[in-house]
Amino acid sequence: MPVHLILFLLTCLSMTVALFFVFIFAPAEATMGEIQRIFYFHVASAWTAFLAFFIVFCCSIAYLAKKRRFWDFISLSAAETGVLFMTFVLITGPLWAKPVWNTYWSWDARLTTSLILWLIYIVYLMIRKYTEDRQQGARFAAVFGIVAFIQVPIVYMSIRWWRTLHPAPVLGNVEGGGMETNMIITLLVSVLAFTMLFLNLLFMRYRIAQVEAQLFYLRENAE
Amino acid sequence: MADIRHIIHLVSKDLLIELRSKEILLSMIIFSLTIILIFNFTYDIGIQAVQRHTPGLLWVAFIFAGTLGLNRSFMREYENGRMEGLLLCPVSRGSIYIAKLVGNVIFMMIIEMVSLPVMVVLLNLDIIKFIPMLFLLLVLGNIGFASVGTLFSAISLHTRSRELMLPIMLFPVTIPVILAAVKSTAFLLNAKPLAEIMPWVRILIGFDLIFTTLCSFLYKYVVED
Repeated sequence: MPVHLILFLLTCLSMTVALFFVFIFAPAEATMGEIQRIFYFHVASAWTAFLAFFIVFCCSIAYLAKKRRFWDFISLSAAETGVLFMTFVLITGPLWAKPVWNTYWSWDARLTTSLILWLIYIVYLMIRKYTEDRQQGARFAAVFGIVAFIQVPIVYMSIRWWRTLHPAPVLGNVEGGGMETNMIITLLVSVLAFTMLFLNLLFMRYRIAQVEAQLFYLRENAE
Repeated sequence: MADIRHIIHLVSKDLLIELRSKEILLSMIIFSLTIILIFNFTYDIGIQAVQRHTPGLLWVAFIFAGTLGLNRSFMREYENGRMEGLLLCPVSRGSIYIAKLVGNVIFMMIIEMVSLPVMVVLLNLDIIKFIPMLFLLLVLGNIGFASVGTLFSAISLHTRSRELMLPIMLFPVTIPVILAAVKSTAFLLNAKPLAEIMPWVRILIGFDLIFTTLCSFLYKYVVED
């Protein structure tokens, strides 16, 4: 069986399981109630987006070092998928925040960093679009991808000093971290499902990039 | 040692060209003053509000004007194929980048030195006793902003929309610099103790060191063919 088909089936399966866990298995949160269930999608999307941007960073380095098209295609695909998931984060966040915090947005470290990341990776995609020469565009994007990722922790720290309201990280906190075991299990299942979805999309986008490059090559030679 | 000599030569070349044409510096100064003028109308700045808004206002003016200068810094080299000449010189890519960075920082310092006194008069600021520290903050902020800016201006030059690309690439990435510069300036102008200013100064120094090193290394990938 081809890899993409296996990936696709695994994604469907894990998504179905995740939906069951999120809506049936996980208990309703005591103070926030049912609205809290958006948390499982919100955090899973955020994790996926960060994973995608980390992949962009690694593949950018690999591309500059090795100059192989493969690394460029992967970083392009990861950036596009990452922007998609970061868009989910920025939509589900305010939806959740409005009833709970009574405001759509607060300028705290994690929210602001997410917004900045979203902007940065849209610019990353624009650089590719607006550069005439494909190789040059790939190089520029790689340079930008490295600089952009390295400043993420600095942005986070500096805004954190500036102001912070977002709840402290719920996982890896002291003893249980205030979250019930069933919720943690649900979160992990959801994160797994979203990671599968991400890999699936990444793979599909990679194949598109490959076909695009082939088409480009054929056109160049046909003239 | 040879690198330092190269850098000095390249910087003095840029400064000489600029001193003769004055086209970048003059437009940067007028631009930063225009921004102050616009702020004055949009915020309706009264004397009481000045203390709260000045640091942000100053840095917005300096950064927008600085972006103008950054946009021009490499563009000039592409007239008459001067960039090819520059790249053919037996000078390392890192030196070319550092020279451009030094030039851009000097340009930003010059516009700040000229427009700051004007702002003091227009906004009724009292900065005399803060001048040494303010100067330090300006230098650190400018280096941080120009370090990434110089690298990105070399990129944006080759994109289809040129001048448009630089600010949208640069502003999100330099947010820590802008934040730290504005915060430390605000603490300084409100006569807060040094202990409160220092964390932000440390962010500025850290950013400057990391990104000057990183960008001088990455520059060679931008110009290679």
